[in-house]
Amino acid sequence: MIEFLQQLANGLAQGGIYALIALGYTMIYGVLRFINFAHGDVFMLGAFAGFYVGPWVLRVSGLGPSYAGVALVLLAAMLLCALIGIGIERLCYRPLRDRPRIIVLITAIGVSLLIENVGQLVFGADPKSFPDLVIDRALVLPAWWGRLSALTITLSQVLVLGVTLLLVVLLRYIVNRTRIGLAMRALSLNPTAAQLAGVDLDRVIMFTFGLGSALAGAAGILTSIQQPSIDPLMGISAGLKAFIAAVLGGIGNLPGAVVGGVLIGLIEALVVGYLSPTYRDTIVFAVLILILIFRPAGLLGTVQREKV
Amino acid sequence: MPTLLRSFLLPAVITAAIAIHAPAQDRIKVGEFASLTGGNASFGQSSHKGTQLAIDDLNSAGGVLGRQLQLITEDDQSLAGQPATIVQKFIAQDKVVAVLGEVASSKSLEAAPICQQNHIPMISPASTNPKVTEVGDYIFRVCFIDPFQGTVMAKFALAHGWKKVALLTDVKQDYSVGLGEFFIKYLKENGGEIVKEQKYSSGDKDFRAQLTSLKAAQPDAIFVPGYYAEVALIGKQARLLGLKMPLLGGDGWVGDSLLKVAGNSLDGSFFSCHFAADDQSPVVQAFVKKFRARYQETPDDMAALGYDSAMILAEAMKRAGTTQGDKLRDAIAATRNHPGITGSITLDEKRNAAKPAVILTISDGGFKFQQTVAP
Repeated sequence: MIEFLQQLANGLAQGGIYALIALGYTMIYGVLRFINFAHGDVFMLGAFAGFYVGPWVLRVSGLGPSYAGVALVLLAAMLLCALIGIGIERLCYRPLRDRPRIIVLITAIGVSLLIENVGQLVFGADPKSFPDLVIDRALVLPAWWGRLSALTITLSQVLVLGVTLLLVVLLRYIVNRTRIGLAMRALSLNPTAAQLAGVDLDRVIMFTFGLGSALAGAAGILTSIQQPSIDPLMGISAGLKAFIAAVLGGIGNLPGAVVGGVLIGLIEALVVGYLSPTYRDTIVFAVLILILIFRPAGLLGTVQREKV
Repeated sequence: MPTLLRSFLLPAVITAAIAIHAPAQDRIKVGEFASLTGGNASFGQSSHKGTQLAIDDLNSAGGVLGRQLQLITEDDQSLAGQPATIVQKFIAQDKVVAVLGEVASSKSLEAAPICQQNHIPMISPASTNPKVTEVGDYIFRVCFIDPFQGTVMAKFALAHGWKKVALLTDVKQDYSVGLGEFFIKYLKENGGEIVKEQKYSSGDKDFRAQLTSLKAAQPDAIFVPGYYAEVALIGKQARLLGLKMPLLGGDGWVGDSLLKVAGNSLDGSFFSCHFAADDQSPVVQAFVKKFRARYQETPDDMAALGYDSAMILAEAMKRAGTTQGDKLRDAIAATRNHPGITGSITLDEKRNAAKPAVILTISDGGFKFQQTVAP
């Protein structure tokens, strides 16, 4: 029983990471109706931003490994990734906005390959050790948890879940309660009507890319705190899983992305723990296929009829 | 017909003359394929540095058979599919006389059939999977093979009284699976017990699920015959999850980033290996000094094996007196007691190196020489 709960705890922490990346996929899909395949690589750049900026921030601020240090580095990486995301959109996608969607899609794959290979050139191809932003340790669980106190929950797991939760709440607030959020929703509902009503298309798309990329950057830092080995190709598999999470939850649907991410994390942990890691990806992809067959709009998505 | 003579025969004679003289001036081309980028980059970079150092040493000593050696290196990016293309190119376009590479068994297994088919000798510096040299009689290696490493570590575990051992293998690597098989075989035949087996795939970063399941089986030690990139994270996560038993492994652990990532979480673990830089034998120390002077870093075992692979090839060329494939092959096969950096190397009838293994331990964030185990 403890082993099972332990697997759930492990899966949950991994799922939180997937959820953060999936949110970016889903947001960008919401306003532009295309999958930004370079999103996983922005996640990787977030990790490298932490790798280069982290030690400097900790030294200059005099904080050393601490929660405040993590918060600072997190903000720095999010900011950098937001700028990178905006840059990618401005340079690569905006000139193609009126072209058929397949062209933008292929461009996204190109951008992804470009970032991965330039990354190997600039950062080096071998795995790098991520600096200790906070000293990870197993938490001592309180005695009143009874048998559950035998669980091993690490500081980084709690941190990942806490920050993920915080960012999701913040995102919900931005999307549902602010003017720019309203514009995003309007744009995803009907781009033409939104523009006619005075929504500045470029600005909203820029904002969406910035926000989505910032979340990917945060995921990059959080994942590196948990698994302190980073390399320029780390975004491929994480990005793919998060993409599946977004589709699973219903692409374009924000709560769906979170649900999808957590589900994928849990499925992976249970498959690895009780079946075999050989089946991990197989089962995750099988889930994707089943969802596409039986609920094409995803778990929380609603079917939109194509208007003729 | 003086005009015809001049216009036709003379160029022909000149061409023929060049053709006869060319080999003497041409450099001897040796192809090397290595993972200079990608997941196994740390190995590829190391073995390449060692190989290059050997070639440069040979050239500055006057070359081989009166000719200079030229090492043509191609990067297979740690990707499946690349070695075959590269070796094809070596043979068809570069006309190499021999091929050196790779560290990872799965890559060597891709290249070996092509070399065998073209009768071009291939020497792998560090592929320890038995299948590599079974491909054919043109394929050699200068390292020991998986059965030996798996057996050595099983022997080592039993000698320490660790009878209940768990296994965590990388299913994507022939190397890891091979080491695991022979470990299990020796352990079971000698009174040990495998209490749990778990698997992962290269490139994984989260091992908590596997480790959680291993922890429940309460083993005395865990055999993790993987590569350094994953092992570092496994070590780190194992300690966080409260697994305190020693981890055991093979030469795949050796990589620049192992300790950088793992910190001191692998302290008290053991692995088998080809070479220890703190081994005080004069051959080793001379090599370490030379390597440091050239690259400003301490050589690891991949560098030493890379060096040995090129030296054994050059040695064989000298004995054969030619670079022609069949004769070169016979000369390599006849290698006996070659004084290599990684010990005295004799190639057996299966074209594998018979040589001792070194067991290292990790303490205070460094590798320490523990003991030598003879075949």
